[in-house]
Amino acid sequence: MIAFALRRVIQAIGVMLAVGVIAFSMFRFAGDPVSQIVSIDTLAAERAEVRKSLGLDDPILVQFGRYFANAAQFKFGVSYQFRQPVSSLLKERMPATLELATCATIFALVFGILMGVYSALRRDSILAKLFQAVSLIGISLPTFLIGILLIYLFAVILGWLPSYGRGDVVRIGWWTTGLLTVSGLKALVMPAITLGLFQMTLIMRLVRAEMLEVLRTDYIRFARARGLTTRAIHFGHALKNTLVPVITVAGLQFGSVIAFAIITETVFQWPGMGLLFVQAIQNVDIPIMAAYLLVVSVIFVTINLIVDILYTIVDPRLRSTISRQA
Amino acid sequence: MVDIVTSPDPAPPGLAGRIFQSDIFYSFRRSKLTMVAAAITLIFFLIAIFAPLLAVQNPFDPAQLQLMNSRIPPLWSADGQTPFLLGTDEQGRDVLSAILYGLRISLTVGVLGVVFAGTLGIAMGLTAGYFGGAIDGLIMRIADVQLTFPAILIALLIDGVVKSVFGNQLDAMGTLAVLVVAIGLSFWVQYARTVRSSVMVEKNKDYVAAAQLIGLPAPVIMLRHVLPNAMGPILVIATINLALAVITEATLSFIGSGMPDTMPSLGTLIRIGNNYLFSGEWWIIAFPGFALAGLILAINLLGDWLRDALNPKLR
Repeated sequence: MIAFALRRVIQAIGVMLAVGVIAFSMFRFAGDPVSQIVSIDTLAAERAEVRKSLGLDDPILVQFGRYFANAAQFKFGVSYQFRQPVSSLLKERMPATLELATCATIFALVFGILMGVYSALRRDSILAKLFQAVSLIGISLPTFLIGILLIYLFAVILGWLPSYGRGDVVRIGWWTTGLLTVSGLKALVMPAITLGLFQMTLIMRLVRAEMLEVLRTDYIRFARARGLTTRAIHFGHALKNTLVPVITVAGLQFGSVIAFAIITETVFQWPGMGLLFVQAIQNVDIPIMAAYLLVVSVIFVTINLIVDILYTIVDPRLRSTISRQA
Repeated sequence: MVDIVTSPDPAPPGLAGRIFQSDIFYSFRRSKLTMVAAAITLIFFLIAIFAPLLAVQNPFDPAQLQLMNSRIPPLWSADGQTPFLLGTDEQGRDVLSAILYGLRISLTVGVLGVVFAGTLGIAMGLTAGYFGGAIDGLIMRIADVQLTFPAILIALLIDGVVKSVFGNQLDAMGTLAVLVVAIGLSFWVQYARTVRSSVMVEKNKDYVAAAQLIGLPAPVIMLRHVLPNAMGPILVIATINLALAVITEATLSFIGSGMPDTMPSLGTLIRIGNNYLFSGEWWIIAFPGFALAGLILAINLLGDWLRDALNPKLR
């Protein structure tokens, strides 16, 4: 068990090193950092001076080591377009993205599980067929089209919800939250649904398939024979056993929720990290691109690591296969 | 003496006969939804190929656009004008023509992206599976790292890095090539894993040993003998990936790092139309949106059916 966890940690460090090399080579080789800082009519001698002061003449390995050491302390350099440290920009934008991603995941989990359980228990009802159709659409429609459709319905035609921005935010320490104001909550509804819809369909399909599987097993038949109420059988026994894979998938998907937030944030002009990243790509702002890549990778790798290790703790069957492999 | 009448051997069926008698065709005929999806997909490809014949103008040619004709609503509304069936946009571009040409761009990027990803993935998978050892370990580690990240993020990054290297010197065709490469590099992993696992199964069979015995070189054995046995799953992945590639291209174009306004794909058209959502010109965005959604839905349905039809467990 400990050997398995250790191996996964080493693997995670390897992934982070690979991403670090990519981020560093973007930072160092895509575009000349010097020409971004000095003006056009700077003399060659002054350029060389700047180059030296930035440490660009040092051996590549030294530069890489320095970049890594700085990145570990959340120093990602200065943004070309904003002339501000990238770390403070990211810190300012991170709460918006994390709040959006968390709400989207909760939305996806609640509705995905409810719809999945319903369509497994009442397989032939009209509502269940409707859910299946919705799930097909949820997988087929690109995220940005869903967002536009919602904006057109609820902002343009009905005028109920704001179409862009985060509404009023409350500052708690360095964290800003929109969850405590009415306008903040209203602004959150559409982006969270847009972002969560794909995960919701995924979870719904998974819960439905797992429920159908579990309902066929012997212990459910025995529970029926014991005369337990259907409610106790369905929710106490069947649902409980389907939740392990569901939680795993939802956990693993949290990373891609953060990645897909790039699109949702662009549609709704949500002031998060994703929007910052898209603007950085358009303005060729390499330090922000590299830093975003690093931060998102840390989140991804950490989530994967936690889920993997938790999974073996929750499911004893996996533990034995792992120790057999090792 | 009784004459023994032997019935003549039935002639081996030709290619057409083999297709019509196959299980796959039978399952195709039985599913109405699949036939509709196939028909819609076919129609989309046909109108994309014959776009220049169907469109009333070439929307990529600024000389053919007249500002006089800007923001005309669809033909059936009160202010509609011929020949603009679905209305025009801000620049006087016919929306239907723009969709036909945009469909061309979207499908070109999608198909080329899938071909790129497939070729790269198959090559990697064959190499990893056939040779094993250190090469296998290296390729599969790269695949593992890449799988940690969603394809759209990788495509965005590649797109961004290439743009930062080339600056703004990239023309529309150059952007198209960048998109194809970005999509290709984002989607190869799935092919590689699938091919590798079937190669690992196939390479221990006798026919591969026989081929090695008569001295065929490794690339020939891999491509002519092993690969055909792994084609089924590859086809399924390719179909579903086509939908994903079209979505990825549309998404990149929508957020402004894909096809430019001068040579718009469906995603670019939706981005342009998004600016007019609040001013009431709904047709500029609605019709490209419908076209994109319909295309993806049709391809997805086809992919779902193909996956089930090629899965012997479900028969």
